[in-house]
Amino acid sequence: MTINFDKALGIHEQALSVRRQRTELLATNIANADTPGYKAKEIDFRAALDQASSQRVAISKTNSSHLSLNSSAPFYEQYRVSEQPSLDGNTVDIQQEKAAVAENSVRYQATLTFLTRKFSGMINAFKGE
Amino acid sequence: MSFFKVFDIAGSGMSAQMLRLNTVSSNLANSQTVSATEEGAYRSRQPVFQQVLDALNTGDESKVKVSEIVESDASIPMHYMPNHPLANDDGNVFGSNVNVVEEMTNMMSASRSYQNNTEMMNTSKELLLRTLQLGRG
Repeated sequence: MTINFDKALGIHEQALSVRRQRTELLATNIANADTPGYKAKEIDFRAALDQASSQRVAISKTNSSHLSLNSSAPFYEQYRVSEQPSLDGNTVDIQQEKAAVAENSVRYQATLTFLTRKFSGMINAFKGE
Repeated sequence: MSFFKVFDIAGSGMSAQMLRLNTVSSNLANSQTVSATEEGAYRSRQPVFQQVLDALNTGDESKVKVSEIVESDASIPMHYMPNHPLANDDGNVFGSNVNVVEEMTNMMSASRSYQNNTEMMNTSKELLLRTLQLGRG
């Protein structure tokens, strides 16, 4: 019997990566909170997770000028619908963004806890105590 | 894993807000500056923020930068001060068009935005450190 990490860790590995992408997007929204014309963005989590789990098979490049899979804009990023856009066209609602950061951070830590438990489960299985 | 991007993004936001604070302090310091001519009068300076669009990651996460600093074209006030050494033949000097109340609110807004960026940095630092502990607990 071989041990397959992908099977053992389940979806959490991809979830962690999508949570990290969401953190970056929220950081962009907060950094551009005063930029005229900037439109706040948000991740469609289900679509992002679906894409992350289907991309396990990497495509090898036979030429250095080939495009990589990640070069195009991800389709799962969408613009937020703003309730009170600014006069300068900015749609960042800083309260909403901060709430999203707090929520995302808790969920990221939850995923981390899941992964830690999976690892300790495997270690227990190795020891056979 | 590139959590370090968050530090770049929040850092760019912090430096942009810091530049905004600098222009605010420059405007406030020069709010009482007078000049002999209308052209030489101090004009309020305002930074223009712009999203940095990287050619490599279109539409994805991006930083912010100050694209230019524009001078306000609000009217220059004229003060009648005949004894002032810089007064012209009519006894007038030209003041600055800095709106002090506007600058104070600008300062509060900039420092709040700066704080938001530092909070973002702290949150991601915490997450990053916890990720390093993965599998140990």
